Amino acid sequence: MKAGDILAFSQKTLRSHRSRTLLMLLAMAMGVAAVVVLTALGEGARRYITGEFASLGTNLLIVLPGRSETRGVAPGLFMGETPRNLTVGDARALERSSRVRRVAPVIIGSAHASWRQREREVPVLGSTSELLPLRHWKMKQGRFLPPDAAARASPVAVIGANVRRELFGARPAVGEWLRLGERRYRVIGILATEGRSIGLDVEDLVIIPVSSAQALFNTPSLFRILVEARTRDAILPVRNFILDTIQKRHQGEKDITVITQDAVLSTFDRIFQALTLTVAGIAAISLAVAGILIMNVMLVSVTQRMAEIGLLKALGASRRHITLLFLTEALILSFIGACAGLLVGEAGSWLIARAYPALQVTAPPWALLAAFAVALATGLLFGLLPARRAARMDPIAALSRQ
Amino acid sequence: MIRLREITRVYTVGEQAVHALDGISLHITAGEYVSIMGPSGSGKSTLLHILGLLDRPTRGRYFLDGEDILSLDEATQARTRREKIGFVFQFFHLIPRLTAAENIALPLMLAGVPATERKARVARLLEETALSDRARHRPDQLSGGQQQRVAIARAMVMSPSVLLADEPTGNLDRHSGEEIIHLLERLNASGLTLIVVTHDPTIGRRARRQIQMEDGRIIADNAKEPAS
Repeated sequence: MKAGDILAFSQKTLRSHRSRTLLMLLAMAMGVAAVVVLTALGEGARRYITGEFASLGTNLLIVLPGRSETRGVAPGLFMGETPRNLTVGDARALERSSRVRRVAPVIIGSAHASWRQREREVPVLGSTSELLPLRHWKMKQGRFLPPDAAARASPVAVIGANVRRELFGARPAVGEWLRLGERRYRVIGILATEGRSIGLDVEDLVIIPVSSAQALFNTPSLFRILVEARTRDAILPVRNFILDTIQKRHQGEKDITVITQDAVLSTFDRIFQALTLTVAGIAAISLAVAGILIMNVMLVSVTQRMAEIGLLKALGASRRHITLLFLTEALILSFIGACAGLLVGEAGSWLIARAYPALQVTAPPWALLAAFAVALATGLLFGLLPARRAARMDPIAALSRQ
Repeated sequence: MIRLREITRVYTVGEQAVHALDGISLHITAGEYVSIMGPSGSGKSTLLHILGLLDRPTRGRYFLDGEDILSLDEATQARTRREKIGFVFQFFHLIPRLTAAENIALPLMLAGVPATERKARVARLLEETALSDRARHRPDQLSGGQQQRVAIARAMVMSPSVLLADEPTGNLDRHSGEEIIHLLERLNASGLTLIVVTHDPTIGRRARRQIQMEDGRIIADNAKEPAS
């Protein structure tokens, strides 16, 4: 029997049972569309998150005091050691590498801020002028910290949009004196950037020179040192450079942790990849359901077409012929169903992308391919039982049915 | 061309063994016109099914054109059925969603005959069975006699050496029945071996060789001189 004839015969059969065929196509299409839409959503979320991280600067390294240990207890506890604090001197030392573009020391604290009668608690961030380009922040008004912020405790402050609105209202803030605790700082700029950074809302921040923050919080130690490598490839050498330099400065103690943005990024990437796979797996269940529906309907159809099967055998069809005819029907159904499902899924993804432009909702090619392949495999698998039952049918019993 | 030796077919119905055929030996030569008659349950249909390779005997041997046909595998038997044996049934057994021409072409399709050759052979048979103007009609648009003519055309399309007809007129009025018998006899006259199973004596008596069956045995066979 020629392949074209098998196709033509199966297609004629499917056409003659229009509503049954449409029902099975619908089930298959829904299954495939579900896989496509859900993976598209997962992929969109993944891209959104990794994109957000990338916008923070992927060449970023974060130095924190203390060593993260895989052992349950830090070894220092037994030897009476405490991790040495990071200092502005440490941060300075990190600037001495050609692979390092910028270094920004960071101190974080909280202070009572007031202007005239208005007051509120604000998170205060002490740093240097390098912080602005390093974090890709923008100014809305005025200027950022002066270049000598590391050395001189100048009484100046840059404030976030919320702080400006809540303390100064409609009045101009730049040039005014803001009180933080017992000290006074002249407002020299307002940040335009919104969103979160290092776990803080940028709009709520008050930023002052790092030496001013040391004085304000009465501490020499830093919360973090942010280091930007010149290129992506330089991240690893810079990491080693940081570890070496700090070790030398800390009398041979390896008492810091360096986090690269890359590691955070790839962790999120992995988490979302796993998430996408999970939802795709859940959606694949609907594909299996579609397959079972096809099997059921085809089993009924085998019973209804007993006389025809018997006849085909009498006319000289072998078991292989009958199996092929029924399998081809199942395959045609799953093929057309899968194509329709891909179209519906892509349309759905497009609609979601239109509704939420921030999410880049497009199904990854592997998901399209996998959904298609799984649909065909499901059709084949669940078509097998009815086809074999038809092929094994006793032609006499089949023919005697009227 | 057909030689049966001690063919026995036993069915088990529940606990009981039923001998549908009980040691049938038979020799039919090419071009014969044979009718097999008998009451229902006599085993005539079982015999026809075994002749047509739709059923396997419990014991015995079957030679078709000298070949020990029961020793062949399923696919080869299907091929033999396709190429050497034509079937005509009481209830026509046409596929309702196919046109007359498509129904006739089915065995050719199963055999993998190319479409152009198929067309030519189907057209010739449509003409022989006077159905040329009904080629594109579906079975439900045809009369009973026309449907049976389509079935005969389908049985003949592979140019088989033997045609097995199971009550071919059983579902037709007298006039159509006669038409069908005339068509079958015409085919026999041109060399086809024709075996008709019937319980209608007026049909059965037309055959040159008449076989009477009862309880799975041949009780009469008017072929006095069975060829060696």
